[in-house]
Amino acid sequence: MQRIGVFVCWCGSNIAATVDVDAVAQAVKTEPGVAFSTNYQYMCSEGGQAIIRNAIAEHKLTGIVVCACSPRMHEATFRKTAATAGLNPYMVEIANIREQCSWIHKDREKATVKAIILSRAAVAKLNLDSPLTAGETPVTKRALVIGGGIAGIQTALDIADAGYEVDIVEKTPTIGGKMAMLDKTFPTLDCSACILTPKMVDAAAHEKITLYTYSEVEKVSGFVGNFTVDIRKRARSVDADRCTGCGDCMEKCPSKKSKSEFNQGLSNRSAIYIPFAQAIPNVPVIDREACIKFQTGKCGVCQKICSAKAVDYEQQDEIMTRRYGAIVAATGFKTINLGRFEEFQYAQSPDVITSLEFERLCNAAGPTKGKVMRLSNHETPKTVVFVQCVGSRSTVECGKTYCSKICCMYTAKHAMLLKEKYPETEVYVFYIDVRTPGKGFDEFYRRAAEEYGVRYVKGMVGKVAEENGRLRVQASDLIADKQLVIEADMVVLAAAIEPDPSARNLATLLTASMDTNDFFTEAHPKLRPVESPTAGVYLSGVCQGPKDIPDTVSQAGAAAAKVIGLLAKDKLVGNPCVAGCNEPLCNGCSACELVCPYGAITYEEKTVMDHGVREQRRVASVNEALCQGCGACTVTCPSGAMDLKGFTNLQIMAEVDAICR
Amino acid sequence: MRVDEKTLAEDIVRMSGTNVKKCMKCGKCSATCPSFEDMDVHPHSFVTMAEEGDVAGLLKSKSLWKCLSCFACVERCPRGVEPAHLIEAVRFFALSPQGLNKMKPDVVPIFLQNLEEKGAEVPQQLLTSAFRKYSK
Repeated sequence: MQRIGVFVCWCGSNIAATVDVDAVAQAVKTEPGVAFSTNYQYMCSEGGQAIIRNAIAEHKLTGIVVCACSPRMHEATFRKTAATAGLNPYMVEIANIREQCSWIHKDREKATVKAIILSRAAVAKLNLDSPLTAGETPVTKRALVIGGGIAGIQTALDIADAGYEVDIVEKTPTIGGKMAMLDKTFPTLDCSACILTPKMVDAAAHEKITLYTYSEVEKVSGFVGNFTVDIRKRARSVDADRCTGCGDCMEKCPSKKSKSEFNQGLSNRSAIYIPFAQAIPNVPVIDREACIKFQTGKCGVCQKICSAKAVDYEQQDEIMTRRYGAIVAATGFKTINLGRFEEFQYAQSPDVITSLEFERLCNAAGPTKGKVMRLSNHETPKTVVFVQCVGSRSTVECGKTYCSKICCMYTAKHAMLLKEKYPETEVYVFYIDVRTPGKGFDEFYRRAAEEYGVRYVKGMVGKVAEENGRLRVQASDLIADKQLVIEADMVVLAAAIEPDPSARNLATLLTASMDTNDFFTEAHPKLRPVESPTAGVYLSGVCQGPKDIPDTVSQAGAAAAKVIGLLAKDKLVGNPCVAGCNEPLCNGCSACELVCPYGAITYEEKTVMDHGVREQRRVASVNEALCQGCGACTVTCPSGAMDLKGFTNLQIMAEVDAICR
Repeated sequence: MRVDEKTLAEDIVRMSGTNVKKCMKCGKCSATCPSFEDMDVHPHSFVTMAEEGDVAGLLKSKSLWKCLSCFACVERCPRGVEPAHLIEAVRFFALSPQGLNKMKPDVVPIFLQNLEEKGAEVPQQLLTSAFRKYSK
């Protein structure tokens, strides 16, 4: 028989205002096994933990039930408390009477009854608990960073500087990401390439960092500290070891009509190409869809002129299998497709462009060498209208419900850059709200309005129409309660951003959770913002939620710190709540093996004693180092042979019985 | 004859099937409205007035009969507030006290005749919309 102590927490007024905590403590006194019960204002405080420790010693308790907040919050705290008092930490049960009771109910009487029932269930489960001991697993001291934008580069540099090996996997031919496409950065207006490219070079030159560009993660198995990852290195058709980066092949390539991804389709590139001049690695790649040699078999110019003999049409994709202790997702974002916002004429008029396209037009290395021009006639625009929140904060199907966070600031930046280059330009910014909460941000936006004379109008643009070679922009001025009609030469749309489409597949590979917008979910929105709920998976940059560069770099460093903390350990204490097979019951059907997401179950031939009969049978066997205790096998098993330690079928049934009593 | 204004406003909003609280005051409805210049109360203000329960203001506004029911605001509203549906509901409340005085097919030619004589007093789209709605 257990000797159980029950400790009911008030959580200040969080629980006590809705639940009669004293009544709960009194009610559980008569439950089987309960030797002691009490209540206290903050059970998680040092004072509360002292009460638990003293009671364990004084009443010779064999297990404790803490009726408090969610186990996700303080289960670890109370397990440690129990351990310091000499109890096995798995002889602790939490009854969640906060999130699942006091916070969601108003009626004190009914909430108290429910709290008593939940506590009773925890006591019933604890009566069947047995001490568990966690195993240990070694840690592979190498990290994988998926995505080579500023987030991935910064995370990799920070981990590598701490002395650990890091691999960066980037799906495009170069690292640099979206930041490489930007002209200037807010709020200081320093040149994006000038601050990014040194970091790209650092990453490439770092002895602890290995770059895999034009590569993708294809398979992930294992668990925290011991991931095994298959990486597909796509065939560049150019031997990176031989290539000198001279660029002759690109110059001579006869297929020059592909849209440049780097320039947002505003210029053309050859079929063999590097995305931009400072690309890393500085090794071209052949776009096989556009290459005449690959499409018709007749060409081969690049191979003929390559003096380094680097062009290799026979090159195949290569699959590498590597092991990592930690994985960082840094997959970034893209702008949403504006084709469905017909009112803005984006798909119809070349003079209606996205902010990212405007960024390329401003850039000295861009398709127009930094000249801002109308794409229809190459003239400098005299009147430019910026529209904010295009697709952001929208509940309609083609939009996004969230605020994209970066648009207010980059629009102020664009407006200023434009006024700087062409002071005579009339610049309008239509906004719903101007959101500038960063350091120096509001001053930056006000500078656009006050010093540069950018006309900020509170209201939305309703309609853009081409008229006599110009753009007729019909918009609201809500403060004047007027409808404005502006004859503009260019309209720049601040398109909402969304997670890169590759993130969804990656989340499946990593078993990392996502929100409804496909942003990775963090383990705790305030206290664990750079960790995924999946152990050993960390989040860096916009893949977790919209962020500007300062925020991304901060978060990248934070993710690196978490990875370093993990890799610094030699061994990880595992989770003892793992599955086990009751061999005489196992019928060898393989259902558990098929359903196990961690590959932890195998079948072996074993001698089994069944009712005194010795038999040779095929039975399931669980690798406890791989098992994550998800319980999928226990509910799949048709014969009830699979059971989860700490959550046995008997224990769950005892809880249900206690609730239904 | 009527219950208090607040209840009436709530009835109108409920009947329209819109949720005025979803409005984030972006003004895209007014930006897109082709009848804006003819209106005394503009579409975004219509939504605000309904939210505030100002039924009297809505009922006496000229805009009530200037809305073309073109539904551009419904189409473009980023929050799905649907101002035109709200206006339709207020119209119904303005018409319903007139008892059985609902529009019948035989009055349509008169309206059309007026249309030719006096210009766009009653827009054709409004007529179509009203006919569809009230002649049942």
